[in-house]
Amino acid sequence: MQTKPGQRSRRRALRGTAAIVGACALGAPRLLFAQTEKIRIGHLTPLTGFLGALGEYAVMGIKMAAEEINAAGGVMGRQLDVMSEDSVNPQVASTKAQRMIERDGVAVLMGEINSASALTISQVAARNRKLFMSIGARSDALRGKDCNRFTFHVDIPVTVMVNAAGQALVREGLVKGKKIYSLTADYLFGHDLSKAAKKFFAANGGEQIGDELVATDVTDFSPYLLKIRQARPDLVATNLAGNQVTNFVKQYAEFGLPFAVAGFNLNTADAWAAGEGNLGGIWPTVWHHELPTPGSKAFVAAFTKKYGKPPENHAWIEYVSLKMMAQAMSETRSTDTDKLIAYFESEAQFDILKTRKAYFRSWDHQLMQEAYPFTVKPKGQARDKWDFLKFGDAVPGASQPLELLAPTRAESACKM
Amino acid sequence: MQFVFLLEQVVNGLVLGGYYLLLALGLSLIFSVGGVVNLAHGAFYALGAYVSLEVGRRLGFGAAVVISPVLVGLLGIAFERLLLRRFYSADPILSLLVTFALAMVAEQAIRMIWGAAPLPSTMPPQFKGSLTLGDFLFSRYRLFLLAIVFVVMSALWLLLHKTAFGRVVRAGVQRPDMVAVLGIRLQPYMTAIVVLGVATAALGGALFGPITIVHPAMGTEIMTVAFVVVVIGGLGSFWGVVLAALLVGVVRGITIHFAPAAGEASMYVLMFLVLMLRPRGLLGERIERFE
Repeated sequence: MQTKPGQRSRRRALRGTAAIVGACALGAPRLLFAQTEKIRIGHLTPLTGFLGALGEYAVMGIKMAAEEINAAGGVMGRQLDVMSEDSVNPQVASTKAQRMIERDGVAVLMGEINSASALTISQVAARNRKLFMSIGARSDALRGKDCNRFTFHVDIPVTVMVNAAGQALVREGLVKGKKIYSLTADYLFGHDLSKAAKKFFAANGGEQIGDELVATDVTDFSPYLLKIRQARPDLVATNLAGNQVTNFVKQYAEFGLPFAVAGFNLNTADAWAAGEGNLGGIWPTVWHHELPTPGSKAFVAAFTKKYGKPPENHAWIEYVSLKMMAQAMSETRSTDTDKLIAYFESEAQFDILKTRKAYFRSWDHQLMQEAYPFTVKPKGQARDKWDFLKFGDAVPGASQPLELLAPTRAESACKM
Repeated sequence: MQFVFLLEQVVNGLVLGGYYLLLALGLSLIFSVGGVVNLAHGAFYALGAYVSLEVGRRLGFGAAVVISPVLVGLLGIAFERLLLRRFYSADPILSLLVTFALAMVAEQAIRMIWGAAPLPSTMPPQFKGSLTLGDFLFSRYRLFLLAIVFVVMSALWLLLHKTAFGRVVRAGVQRPDMVAVLGIRLQPYMTAIVVLGVATAALGGALFGPITIVHPAMGTEIMTVAFVVVVIGGLGSFWGVVLAALLVGVVRGITIHFAPAAGEASMYVLMFLVLMLRPRGLLGERIERFE
């Protein structure tokens, strides 16, 4: 325990700690090796942070699609090489996107779940005139005022999520004449969701009595729960994201507050993590693993066999996205940005393993597809820990146009 | 009515502070004795949560809360003997780098073993729900947590201040050279302190798992708060850490009452103010060899 004077001091220790914690924020790049004749696809998705669990499913999904495509001979006889990296945050995402284009020579960029990161990648794509397929980001602004010619959007926008769950809430009598209290994730996506939700409640006779912003790294919701109790709403409607939703749902059950809960964003992975007995309420989703179409059944079976657990909606969406990209490259026999854009803008139909086929709307590049509301099975009916969610019928209904729930051209601020 | 609401937040903040304490105490203890800021402390917290899930699945919640800290504590012996021991008298930047690297390795190891997706973790049903005492709402589970924290805190204090073991440790904090002159080897004491520190972190993980999410990055998340608490309280001060933990909980509660969006920023502002006025932290002792 001999110490030399001046060798270690509290000040130095603190300074060093700060430096290391700061360095944490910058992700470390991965080493990748590939041959030149392969078609390189730059794939960015959050693998750490509050969306990291979803990102893991995203990587599993796109990897499985790439393996299937390559096993069947690739695209135009060339193998696909998907390089997946952690997008970390909007700044790092943009740096990595630029590097993938300049140094790694990727043909297209794909991925993302975080709307704020998707926005910076989309700007990089536009600057470099490369195509970016934004797969899991749902902010309205991305396909609205921030839209650009080089970016295509696969996941449903928040307006569709609000409408899908909202219609179910209206049917349950939880909106008209009711007092509604909201908690909103404090970043681009949450703000967008809150805007769409407020519009929906106003149009359907609900009264918004509170809406509080919650930082994305919040893990303890108890002070917010006390505020909710003090406000005594009829409905707690959440606009949270990622781990926030799981934490909120678990702690809401822990405190046992009596008010009805619903929310406009819950991925199946977040629901599974909350566990049976903690979750309640009505939520929307873009896809679920019990969809009885032959395509979905085959996908779920193959995924479960490969990874030992059922796929989450982010695994599915990445899987079908790469298949769509491969279809576009095969059909145009090209990886040229303009040709690919022209193909997607032709409103070509894609089989995305749902009942109805999907297509990208030409004027805002949004994929038109079905969505589903879901709730929780009565206690004791679940077969296993994956089985406690109960999914509703597809919206829009079979006889309605796919564009029914999406923002209309008049509502959208998108100008390309 | 407004006042009652505010008071409710204060009381809730005290409860919350109680569980920041479980992490911060171990961190502070290891620093004051070894002079090492253990950035891997959060990793032991995460391990505690994962091990308790594994044990809980087989033997139930009660056994998990006891066995998990013991197992992780045993790991702490290896951690101290093989790694930490080499850095007590080295440049602090080295121990920071080593423990930081260990935190990353541990997080990735957890990812490899249990996957990145969060694991469902629930509390026994009898703890669910809340109690209303007067106008105040308490989660039953958090009251149970608070009781455990109180017991652990008291036991640690008694150990450090009322036993021969504690006297050697406290003397070692101030004058390691004098302790050596008296013919006492500090090394076994160091091992014991590190084991205690990481075991309390693991206990924290086992207890908080059911109310938050058990996922690989949970350790990194909680480390920030724990570190802020220790800095505000004063590195090395027992009561300083206790005071700071409660203060951080209360300040966060009050901030969320008035300006919810600023809730997470409040503790950093508090840290900034405290360091401006008292660079050594609220009750930070003057430890000669760290100055």
